[in-house]
Amino acid sequence: MNTYSVVPKSSDSVRIGVGAGFAGDRLQPAELLANHGNLDALVFECLAERTIALAQQNKANGRSQGFDQKLIERLRGTLPGLLAGGGLAVTNGGAANPVGAALAVAAATRDLTKRPIAVAAVTGDDVLAELDIDASVVLETGESLAKYRDRIVSANAYLGASGVIEAAATGADVIITGRTSDAALFSGALSAKLGWSIEDRANQATGILVGHLLECAGQLTGGYFADGVNKNVPKLWDLGFPMADVSASGNVTLHKLLGSGGLLNRQTVLEQLLYEVENPHRYITPDLTVDFANVAITDHGSDSVAVSGATFVSVPATLKVSVGIRDGYAATGSIVYGGSRSMERATIAANIVRDRWVAVYGRPSEDVDCHFVGINSTFPWATEIPDSAPEVMLKFSLRTFEERVAIEFCREIEALYTNGPAGGGGANASYTETIGILSTLIPRDAVEQKVQVFK
Amino acid sequence: MKLFDLAHCRAGDKGDTSILAVVPYRDSDYPRLVTALDVESVSQHFGARPEDVSIVLSPKLHAITISLRNQLGGGVTRSLRVDPHGKSLSSVLLEVEMPFSDFQQVLS
Repeated sequence: MNTYSVVPKSSDSVRIGVGAGFAGDRLQPAELLANHGNLDALVFECLAERTIALAQQNKANGRSQGFDQKLIERLRGTLPGLLAGGGLAVTNGGAANPVGAALAVAAATRDLTKRPIAVAAVTGDDVLAELDIDASVVLETGESLAKYRDRIVSANAYLGASGVIEAAATGADVIITGRTSDAALFSGALSAKLGWSIEDRANQATGILVGHLLECAGQLTGGYFADGVNKNVPKLWDLGFPMADVSASGNVTLHKLLGSGGLLNRQTVLEQLLYEVENPHRYITPDLTVDFANVAITDHGSDSVAVSGATFVSVPATLKVSVGIRDGYAATGSIVYGGSRSMERATIAANIVRDRWVAVYGRPSEDVDCHFVGINSTFPWATEIPDSAPEVMLKFSLRTFEERVAIEFCREIEALYTNGPAGGGGANASYTETIGILSTLIPRDAVEQKVQVFK
Repeated sequence: MKLFDLAHCRAGDKGDTSILAVVPYRDSDYPRLVTALDVESVSQHFGARPEDVSIVLSPKLHAITISLRNQLGGGVTRSLRVDPHGKSLSSVLLEVEMPFSDFQQVLS
């Protein structure tokens, strides 16, 4: 058995950890942090851009309650350890239904502690009713959002830290939001614990730096990093999630549990600092735009790194809104060929489906997308295909707005078993209804946040 | 020599844009990487249109941020790619041949 411990916390600082970096993240590293980390706050980032649109649609269809039930498991596993030390849990796992999630969490955690656990829901991100569709422009394309009016299923604004701060002020033990910016979950928790005002731009910039570095959990501590040659990560199987010790004046030290696997050094911090940031000089969040380009990273060794120097640039006048639209169906399927002449046989199979798409169904062959996995599936622009390969997986895909077309496509792929070239195995195909995401902006004052507390 | 030997890279995505952050292992290699990784060489390597490539430099971090627009088959919600996020594009970028003949020359 591994043993875990943590460095002592200085009396003037607050310790914040991250328990999930995406909806599918592991449960156990958060439990280790809650039990051994001596944390003041633990944040679970569980809401990708399209997850909320899917959740909205499932809620509307009555297929789900509009949030991921795994949230209850995450909190049940961590709250006993976290609350014993007076820690606060914050998550955006409320997805399309923060109030429903808060009620469910309150009900599911009653047996955990003697006193009732207070669960706050932060709402206001659902702006479908407030959004002026005719006046809104799609940021990706410059089109009017009105073009997509009939397909819109959801519109959620990215909220800043103020809802989390307000919820923490009620004395809540758990704060559940919907679409709140990932970094603001952390800067909000830090502000609540350190008494930073939302107007305190210098400290809010530091809070956003901490949030940005922690929000992908294991990606700061050696996940998404090892390359097998130049970059080696010890004990990656036991990747420890990161924590930050933050002082009221904004000093930040990043670390992880002693005894856990992974790696925290200048390189891992720098990769995560730059992750998904198009312009490091202007990192835009709902609360403020921050300059990361002059951040100083000081590697103390032993998986301890200090960061400083994120600076305030401006306060954005608008908030970003993720608009979910119905986007038809995506169908995918595959079949595998092995041994000599596998490429030749895979090519015959690809041509069969394309030819039948034209001759039998009267549809364009360009609808049918084919990749050879192991050959050109991650380099789709590389046209050079070798004459032979020891084995190949032929992957088909197609998009359509008609469910019937998706069904027919799947049937054609499966039919390759008996109607295609020799030795094709593992044929399978399936389709799903898909949600697209468009972005637009909404004036800050059109969004009204609300905090409700449940016990 | 490949970029792989000189630098590390992390791929991220925003919609249909792939964001590749490149950092040399040694700070002293930064100026050479900046020269070698220009819009022309990057667009050629990815088969992308030059107007879809932009590069932001962060000299104090010794970092190069490359954005490739319209490169992910529509972005993660629409893409039919095997790798819809373009996570593998960091490894693809590190395959770029560097116009340096050997390590000695780089070290000089």
